[in-house]
Amino acid sequence: MSFEDWMALNQLYSDYAIAVDSGRWDSWPEFFIEDCSYRLQPRENYDRGFPLATLSFESKGMLKDRVYGIQETLFHDPYYQRHVVGTPVIRKLEAGRIHAEANYAVFRTKLSGLSTVYNVGRTIDEVVRTEAGFKFASRLVIYDSEMIPNSIIYPI
Amino acid sequence: MNAPHLETPPIPLSSLRWERGTSRIPFAAYNDPELHKRELQRFFYDKHWCYVGLEAEIPKPGDFKRTNVGERSVLLVRAMDSAIHVVENACAHRGVAFCRERHGNRDAFVCPYHQWNYALDGRLRGVPMRHGVKRDGVVQGGMPADFKLADHGLTKLKVAVRGGVVFASFDHQVESFEDFLGPDILRYFDRLFDGRKLHVLGYNRQRIPGNWKLMQENIKDPYHPGLLHTWFVVFGLWRADNQSQMVMDAKGRHAAMISTRGNAGTVSEVSRVSSFKQTMNLHDPRFLDIVPEPWWNGPTAVMTTLFPSVILQQQVNSVSTRQIIPDGHGHFDFVWTHFGFEDDTPEMTQRRLRQANLFGPAGFVSADDGEVIEFSQETFEAKPGHRTLVELGGDEVANTDHMVTETLIRGMYRYWREVMES
Ligand code: FES
Ligand SMILES: [Fe+2]
Repeated sequence: MSFEDWMALNQLYSDYAIAVDSGRWDSWPEFFIEDCSYRLQPRENYDRGFPLATLSFESKGMLKDRVYGIQETLFHDPYYQRHVVGTPVIRKLEAGRIHAEANYAVFRTKLSGLSTVYNVGRTIDEVVRTEAGFKFASRLVIYDSEMIPNSIIYPI
Repeated sequence: MNAPHLETPPIPLSSLRWERGTSRIPFAAYNDPELHKRELQRFFYDKHWCYVGLEAEIPKPGDFKRTNVGERSVLLVRAMDSAIHVVENACAHRGVAFCRERHGNRDAFVCPYHQWNYALDGRLRGVPMRHGVKRDGVVQGGMPADFKLADHGLTKLKVAVRGGVVFASFDHQVESFEDFLGPDILRYFDRLFDGRKLHVLGYNRQRIPGNWKLMQENIKDPYHPGLLHTWFVVFGLWRADNQSQMVMDAKGRHAAMISTRGNAGTVSEVSRVSSFKQTMNLHDPRFLDIVPEPWWNGPTAVMTTLFPSVILQQQVNSVSTRQIIPDGHGHFDFVWTHFGFEDDTPEMTQRRLRQANLFGPAGFVSADDGEVIEFSQETFEAKPGHRTLVELGGDEVANTDHMVTETLIRGMYRYWREVMES
């Protein structure tokens, strides 16, 4: 992998984290190609081969529908989230496609509340080269956290 | 260890102020620690059946799953002869909750502390140094002569299996599971669990900072879905004038909320799903790719609350059990087990998984339930002398053929008072 690609890949991971922490939800689907997959899955299901995911989206359209849900229909306590994402590990390089993984931790801060560890795990990703730069073809977000602290509203 | 239960001492329930039957519920019912202990004893440990899992979770001999009845840890086990047992995860010796895995396969349970060895049905098989240890020809120590293995098994729960679902009770005198449900609720239980083999699709687990009863109330409350769950309304899945029925068992403890969408969709109708607002369309209509199934026999959604421990969900093609595990008065754990049926096509499995996006701790129409429960509990803590108001549809307890009522909540508290105040 070229130095430029490595830089661009790291930039993608950082930009994604900043976007989902910023509250600009509309920017989230734009990190994906049209025909994409985003799955947020408990480690328990992943390890045991159960297909159920907490969120399972199969297209950029579904991500946009989620954004609409966050903005317009899902009543929730407002909160800040803050991702801390590790350096991606390259698992495999194919023509135009990078298989990578990264650890992450998300902290949640509710208004008038303490900052707490919210969700912890790793992402298993496929990144593809497009005319608009690197995009995620697939993000499988596997969380260790055994209990979701009430709810998950915003994208991890 | 099958000792009789110690009755919790009566506490001044008279300090709870009830008005108009059970249509005004004292906040203290949600946060008094003594009441909580009494609830555990009277609802979770005595005279009730609690949900522990699906047969499909332990398909093979030796399979086990760790779960809870109330706040006690229990193991759902399939023995070598395929019989299903539920035993308490508490060593008869010094109480160690010996099983730490959440699931697995074993031919025996061994407590790590002193290696007491239990058969899968809970019988104690052996105890190290039972007959003492010999030194210089002299036997030192050992268990007393009258120590009998048979007296010291794991606490066994009574087990009921119906339609592939397993319930357990610490109370061996409990009425039959069928009598416990009563004929009207049993009908809806059997509609969902009609004997077809189930297969597990996976779990979701959330910890909700509220009293466990609030989740029972949430699913006995047809007032909120069309109001809180905007998503339901925007995408045409819920209307307050949908044909519906609220049905309780004779005691008012269990209930079913049954509703039928006006235009139960075919695939083609749904793929053009147009909303309430007419302008709102899903970018990806597959979220609502609803295909009616023959076993529905009409209703498109039946939400069944079995008191105290579980909710059975059928919302169009998404089916799950939602187990309530109380933990202190301040929060409860809510465990979702999504499943399908043996005769599901791959397309149907995919559809159930896709529609699962609506439910669970992040679901379009469920995440907000946990949120409002948390906010209710905040007020209960801050203002224990106050009360809620559940008077939609009056103050009586009766089945209805509409959803503009809070009668099911009143029914649950009528039962709660009967049991708690006796
Ligand atoms: S506590 Fe289990 S063997 Fe001693
Ligand atoms: Fe709800």
